[in-house]
Amino acid sequence: MAPLVEVRNLRYRYEDGTCALRGVDFRLEESEAVALLGANGSGKTTFVMHLNGLLAGEGDVEVCGLAVNKENLPTIRRKVGMVFQDSESQLFMPTVLEDVAFGPLNRGASPAEAVKRATAALATTGMAAAAGRAPYHLSAGEKKRVAIAGILATDPEILVLDEPTTFLDPPGQCALAELLSGLPQAKIVVTHNIRFAQALCTRAVFFQAGRIAAEGSVAGLVTRFGWDFALSRK
Amino acid sequence: MHIPDGFLATPVWATLDAAAVPAVGYVARRAQRGFEDARVPLLGVMGAFVFAAQMINFPVGIGTTGHLVGGALLACTLGPAPAAVVMCAILTIQALVFQDGGILALGANIVNMALMGVLAGYLPFYLWGGGGRRRWAIFAGGTLSVLVSAVLALAELLISGVRMPSGVLGVSLALFLVSALLEGAITMAVVQALEAIQPGFVRRPAAARSRVRGAVALVAVLLAAVGVLFASTAPDGIERLAMQTGISARAQALLITPFAGYETAFVASGWMRKASAGIAGLVLIYGVCLLIGRAAARHRSA
Amino acid sequence: MHHVVLERWSRGASPLHRRDARAKIAGLLVFLVVTATAHRALAEVAAGLALLLIAAAIWARLPVAGALARAALVLPFSLVFAAVCWLAGDPARGLALAIKSYLSALAVLLLVATTPLPALLSGLESMGAPRFLLMVAQFLYRYLFVISEEAQHMRIAAASRGATRSGLGAFRAAAGALAVLFARSYQRAEEIHRGMLARGFTGQLRTLAVPRFRAADGIFAALAALAPIVVRVAVERMV
Repeated sequence: MAPLVEVRNLRYRYEDGTCALRGVDFRLEESEAVALLGANGSGKTTFVMHLNGLLAGEGDVEVCGLAVNKENLPTIRRKVGMVFQDSESQLFMPTVLEDVAFGPLNRGASPAEAVKRATAALATTGMAAAAGRAPYHLSAGEKKRVAIAGILATDPEILVLDEPTTFLDPPGQCALAELLSGLPQAKIVVTHNIRFAQALCTRAVFFQAGRIAAEGSVAGLVTRFGWDFALSRK
Repeated sequence: MHIPDGFLATPVWATLDAAAVPAVGYVARRAQRGFEDARVPLLGVMGAFVFAAQMINFPVGIGTTGHLVGGALLACTLGPAPAAVVMCAILTIQALVFQDGGILALGANIVNMALMGVLAGYLPFYLWGGGGRRRWAIFAGGTLSVLVSAVLALAELLISGVRMPSGVLGVSLALFLVSALLEGAITMAVVQALEAIQPGFVRRPAAARSRVRGAVALVAVLLAAVGVLFASTAPDGIERLAMQTGISARAQALLITPFAGYETAFVASGWMRKASAGIAGLVLIYGVCLLIGRAAARHRSA
Repeated sequence: MHHVVLERWSRGASPLHRRDARAKIAGLLVFLVVTATAHRALAEVAAGLALLLIAAAIWARLPVAGALARAALVLPFSLVFAAVCWLAGDPARGLALAIKSYLSALAVLLLVATTPLPALLSGLESMGAPRFLLMVAQFLYRYLFVISEEAQHMRIAAASRGATRSGLGAFRAAAGALAVLFARSYQRAEEIHRGMLARGFTGQLRTLAVPRFRAADGIFAALAALAPIVVRVAVERMV
């Protein structure tokens, strides 16, 4: 079966010359949930932004069989739903419903059709009651759910979440893991939250200085790179 | 200074609303040019920034604090047309949500603060922002933006018949000058701090291709503000001029209210005639300044 | 806080809340012009117009005393000018300034308290205001409180670090704080734009459909426009 995402030898350099990615190879199969682990600045977020064309580096990036280039962007951005760390910046419309309808409207859906899709997506994430509310008044967990509804509304095949548990308390993190594990799409989760990664993801990769240093299970990588929470002094 | 409703005479607010409509349409189109809606988030968020910035107090030393008004800062970071649009959005939200400034008077407030104020804040930067005296150009911009806005507002109130003893007038002007200088100082300090964080934030104005136009625009703006103020405190001079050029009668004819019958006695009264004449002069000067300002802005390199 | 209260009020469900924003805006404009151009028997006309607004507030199931109090925010500014006019020997004008500005503020407050801001802005767009400007205002309002909170946090953080109270140092510190707030706001704008691109934004902000202007709205608009005119004419005749 063809992989959903195939990345070969991806390289990316910032404007000031720093190398952010030094040749990354990556595959994502259907229904997989992969955790991207690694230190801050190791290239995880830079990497995922290549998957929907927000950044363009050198190398091959293929999503759902399509090369990530200018003409395929509209289709790719529909198939790849990306949720960023700060939901406040992601929910920019005055009401929840308008925000979730943003994706479908950009696809050319009529307002009525957009509302239908938005309502369905909100129901999936359990936020149907919040449709008329202003995003500012929602709790962090609620905002995250609405953000996810926003990307579900365009019927994606891949969900990419960048540090989704930031700002969430433990019950909120648990609820988010429950919600996500119930969704059929393949998932890529950039995270520092080991327990969240273990609960949700079947596989993990470890980024180090712009490269993938290792692949394996979450627990295995944690032990290998010494990411357990073990104080050296008691 | 946000003018509430009920302060300005009908010809004053009506004329300024009429003048503001095409001008706002123009700056909106100009700010959008080439970007369509892509800059909406930036302009909206920077407008929110200006609002929030008013919470940060700058100590003035005599036990009082001042705060940023923002027109000049926006102009030298976003450009004059986007800055004008942001200021219009701020004024609209202030008038609606906070009832700070009237709705009928919104045209006047927009002309004073979002158009003339931003223009006065930008022109010194446009003229001298590229050279060694950059900091002082920014200081001048901040000072002039607040000064021009305040003076125009004061003039509009005087033309509308709001009486002010000359002592109070003098004190008001002195206060305006102090807050204007404060704005200049704050704008200059913030720009310096910004450049330390990220030099790209503050624009590099293009080398002077239209220095002459820019200078003329600046002089025109200043003349408008000062001239209108003098005219408003000495309406007889304007009236005589208007009578001589036949403007006054036409200006009166333009006076449209739903209660023409009730207004007849009003129109015949002396101060109304003066007000109409003063307004006609004001509109003329505004028109000239807007045109010159547009010409200057058109020649600025992107 | 003022805007929080108004927002809460605007989410009500009275018949006045349900009217189309455009009808309410039209009514407001007529009211404002009637108020602004009133000069004869001003006190009596103002009383009549005030009763009209109070009736509207009751119909909208708004707390009347609260609305009257909030509109008084405009008074400090007006009363200063009223005092100045009195000093210059024209107390009647000073009183007129205070009365007119208060009535106008109350009328605007009623509009905003019965119409959620997005609907209000969309109504203004239908009536001809530049769409670009209104979208900027919409985003401004959306992030107003987010950035104000950030500014508040910065102020508290600076205070708790025992920042110098006065002098050039404090001035520079405040300028630095503003610059940081500027940079953060700019960055947030870039994040928003990035999120928009990720969800298929190609240059034009598309919005949901505007609600239809119904017959009830038309009737309301006509009545709302006539009411202040009738009140003023009647009072001026009687006095």
